[in-house]
Amino acid sequence: MDQKTLEEKTIICRCSDVTLKEVRDLIREGYTEPDEIKRILRTGMGPCQGRTCGPLILREVAIMTGRTIDEIVPFTYRPPSKGIKMGAIAKGGELNDK
Amino acid sequence: MKTTDIVIVGGGPAGLTAAISAASSGAEVTIFERSPQIGGQLIKQTHMFFGSEKQYASHRGFRIADYLLDELNKYKDKVKIYKNATVLGIYEDGVITVDLDGEYIKMLPKRIIVATGANEKIIPFPGNDLPGVYGAGAVQTLMNVYGVKPADKVLMVGAGNIGLIVSYQLMQAGVEVAAIITDLFITGYHVHASKIARMGVPILSGYTVKEIVGEEQVEKAIIAKIDKQWNIIEGTDIEYDVDAVCLSVGLSPLVELLGQANCELRFISELGGYVPIRNLDYRTTNENIFVAGDITGIEEASSAMVEGYIAGLTAAKDIACIHDDYENKISDYRNQLDGLRSGPHSGRLRQGIEKLMGGNK
Repeated sequence: MDQKTLEEKTIICRCSDVTLKEVRDLIREGYTEPDEIKRILRTGMGPCQGRTCGPLILREVAIMTGRTIDEIVPFTYRPPSKGIKMGAIAKGGELNDK
Repeated sequence: MKTTDIVIVGGGPAGLTAAISAASSGAEVTIFERSPQIGGQLIKQTHMFFGSEKQYASHRGFRIADYLLDELNKYKDKVKIYKNATVLGIYEDGVITVDLDGEYIKMLPKRIIVATGANEKIIPFPGNDLPGVYGAGAVQTLMNVYGVKPADKVLMVGAGNIGLIVSYQLMQAGVEVAAIITDLFITGYHVHASKIARMGVPILSGYTVKEIVGEEQVEKAIIAKIDKQWNIIEGTDIEYDVDAVCLSVGLSPLVELLGQANCELRFISELGGYVPIRNLDYRTTNENIFVAGDITGIEEASSAMVEGYIAGLTAAKDIACIHDDYENKISDYRNQLDGLRSGPHSGRLRQGIEKLMGGNK
């Protein structure tokens, strides 16, 4: 298997079907921060919220930029940590005012 | 808004012992557990635990969850337990939001103990999203919690304790284990590895997954030898006709709620990834938030329980609910932790804790 096929058949983000090739191409273009990669490829924005792809992307950025992982800022952590229906949030707000 | 003294996020071994400590100190406790069952990963551990008597050594893991719940039941007027309840956020004003069975609730606790545990890591290789590529923990849940046979023939990747124990349990469930492979060497207890080797399963060191092949699902796993730079050595392929590949390649602490709450985190590979900076009381850099269990660094359930006991006592003391025997208990638990971490298998863990705490472990 050549390198290109290998990268295309390796999935980094299972939620949004993002391949290793897409991630590496972006890092080569100069997008070397996990949050930048997230905004372009949606890695970390699916149901896993970066729990699976986050460590893999940190590792790719570290290898390709020669930084150590602790020098790289991981995905920003924001609520909610999992999907919730808008209706539930609206209803929760109503109860809250009572 | 709803209030309580202490919210505990996670009803696993650390969360349950934290609740016991806090409630026995006189604090009012609310546990939020995202699963339909209480006990965390204990409920799928059918094997007997090692360690010392104080952490229920020689008892089967799922029984330990029952013992802890029985103990907690003594304080039932102080404790509320919610299942199917995922904490979604911790905000700057200390408010937490929870998805409770599809309902969105808010709460303002005085203190929070985060005991969310850890997440299974995966490794990248071609075919890694085919159905049949599982985490070893997921396979254990399917078999031991839901009674579902996950596959007929499995390749296990990783030879730590989880990889070894799950391989044995797969065989108990009538699943064939083609081989166990590991990139470096066996990191689990040799008593587990020997048992599996005696049953005729090869354990291969210095191998990685080269490719998983299949149309609709896993049909074949190809492994190959790696050199010291982790590059695949051509001509060393071994193929296995398997319908599942089980990844047991480590765990990473589930720190996202701490990140939201601006607790300072540090990357320490020996502890599994990003972990919170914390003091001996298991308080994070957000003074209202405490931690216990795998979120502080990947260890065994035994240490998680002891950390939970400590965090429950210290968080309760912080709101003037001081256990009658506070000083003795704290020093006993700290000694227990030192004991659990003193073995020859804990070298890496000790290095990680040293990096995290400096001289102040």
